Amino acid sequence: MSEFLQQLLNGLSLGAIYALIALGYTMVYGVLRFINFAHSDVFMVGAFIGYYVGKLVPEGTLWGGMIVLIASMVGCAILGMTIERLAYRPLRGAATLNVLITAIGVSLLLEYSGQVFFGAAPRTFPQIFPSANFSVGGLVISTNQLAVILVAVLLMIGLQFIVYRTKIGTAMRAVSLNPKAAQLVGVNNDVVISFTFGLGSALAAAGGILYALNYPSIDPLMGVMPGLKAFVAAVLGGIGNIPGAALGGLILGTVETFVNGSQWSTYKDAIAFAILIIILLFRPAGLLGKFTVEKV
Amino acid sequence: MKTPRLLLALAALAVAGRAQDTIKVGEYASLTGKEAGFGQTSHHGVVLAIEEINAAGGVLGKKLELAYEDNQTKPGESATAAKKLISRDKVIALIGEVSSTRSLEAAPIAQAAHVPMIAPAATNPKVTQTGNYIFRVCFIDPFQGTVMAKFAKEEVHAKRVAVMSSVSNAYSLGLAKFFKETFIAGGGEIATEKNFSEGDKDFRAQLTAVKAAGVDAVFVPGYYTECALIVRQARDLGITVPFLGGDGWEDEQLLGIGGEALNGCFYSTHFSAENTDPAVAKFVTKYKSRWNAEVPGAFSALGYDAIYVLADAIKRAGTTESAKLRDALAATKGIAGPSGITTLDKDRNASKAATIIALKGGKAVFFKTVAP
Repeated sequence: MSEFLQQLLNGLSLGAIYALIALGYTMVYGVLRFINFAHSDVFMVGAFIGYYVGKLVPEGTLWGGMIVLIASMVGCAILGMTIERLAYRPLRGAATLNVLITAIGVSLLLEYSGQVFFGAAPRTFPQIFPSANFSVGGLVISTNQLAVILVAVLLMIGLQFIVYRTKIGTAMRAVSLNPKAAQLVGVNNDVVISFTFGLGSALAAAGGILYALNYPSIDPLMGVMPGLKAFVAAVLGGIGNIPGAALGGLILGTVETFVNGSQWSTYKDAIAFAILIIILLFRPAGLLGKFTVEKV
Repeated sequence: MKTPRLLLALAALAVAGRAQDTIKVGEYASLTGKEAGFGQTSHHGVVLAIEEINAAGGVLGKKLELAYEDNQTKPGESATAAKKLISRDKVIALIGEVSSTRSLEAAPIAQAAHVPMIAPAATNPKVTQTGNYIFRVCFIDPFQGTVMAKFAKEEVHAKRVAVMSSVSNAYSLGLAKFFKETFIAGGGEIATEKNFSEGDKDFRAQLTAVKAAGVDAVFVPGYYTECALIVRQARDLGITVPFLGGDGWEDEQLLGIGGEALNGCFYSTHFSAENTDPAVAKFVTKYKSRWNAEVPGAFSALGYDAIYVLADAIKRAGTTESAKLRDALAATKGIAGPSGITTLDKDRNASKAATIIALKGGKAVFFKTVAP
């Protein structure tokens, strides 16, 4: 029983990170209807900003950790908005495929310029937050794992609040529904889209820091696999749907962990992706997505 | 570190015009990427040996010239690098690699082109089985697996052991297999076996299962990037038993990532800079003065020895013609170097002592050597 609970905790903390990255994919898709493949590399840059800022503050203090987290989120928000301004905005109105290819290009650009600037060898991420392990009835809980789940939940609640309770959130939903109509009623689409990218990238940065805290070896290609899994999580939950992304991330993380802990550990990715295919067969729009028929 | 390599590249360019006066040796290594530590250390050993030989007048009156390629630790790149070195640079022999998986990629190409290849540290038996042009200057995994299985039984007093291996890595699977065979034959029990993939970061799931199995030790034949994270996460989960590994653990980054969590763990390797043997001490001094006080690792010593074995074979063959060079290499006998004495057997493998390193107080310390 304690093994089951331990695996569940492991799965939830991994799933929470997938969920944080998945939110970025889903938000951009919700507003712009395209997959921002560079998102997983913004996640990597977030971890590296954390690595460099982490050297400036004392290790293992709460305020130091918060400074690192905020610096990295702000840095990545700026990066995300810059990418949107330079690479995606000029292509707005062009075919979705063109933007998609550009996104892949930006992703590769970030990965390989990361190898030039940060070096290709893995680095050890500092323990920026205070950490401890405590055991409750055979269950070992590390504060890092708890922090991941807690921060993820807080950020998701914050995001839900921004999207549904604020003016800019209403504008985001308006642009998502119909960009032309939104413009007619006075919404500045450029500002809204820029904001969406900034917010999504800040979440990716938070994901990057939390990931690096749990798995303290970071390299410029570290975003590739988690990014792919998060993308799958977003589709699984219903892309464009914020609670869906969170649910998808948690499901994927938990399934992966349970398979890994079983005798079929060799096939963990095969099983995780098989589940995706099966769910999409029965619910083509994802678990929480709405399947809409295009009206002609 | 950048400057000497740049200078070397410039020097290589400068002499490219009169290629006839030099003997071109090719090297492919993981100079960047996930296992950059392997490639950097072996490359430094190779460069040091070539500089020494050239300073002493070269081989057959010609200087050795190194042409090297970086495979970025990526699958597929070693084959490309080997092809490039053979067809474009027309190297007379290849040095590479530390990893068995990447050596196995390039070996068929070297074999087909009849260019002798010397792997400094690829320990999987399959590497030299590729063909009669493939050699190595290190011990092989059946020996390493036996050493660690006996060590687990006799020194760690382990009866139940868990094994965690990397499914996409020939070295890891081979070493795990030989360890299990010896350990079971010695009356031990393999309580559980778990797998992971190269590049994985999360091992908590496998480790939770290992913890539930209740073992005395865990054998993790893998590379330092994954193994350091495995031990760290194991300690987080409250697993206090020793972790044992092979020569894939050999890199500074192991302690960089794993730190204090590694205390009480052991791994087997080819060489220790702390060894008091005069040949080793001399090598350590030369290496440190050449590479800004960097302490040589096992792969530095093996890269260095690979070049001396090659130079000796060229001298004995009296030519760099491929068939004669191959025969001379196959007859290599008694070449003393920092990694021990290299004598190649009929399967083109070397048989050398294994060194066991203990990790204590955040440092790697020499524990003992096990003779073959």
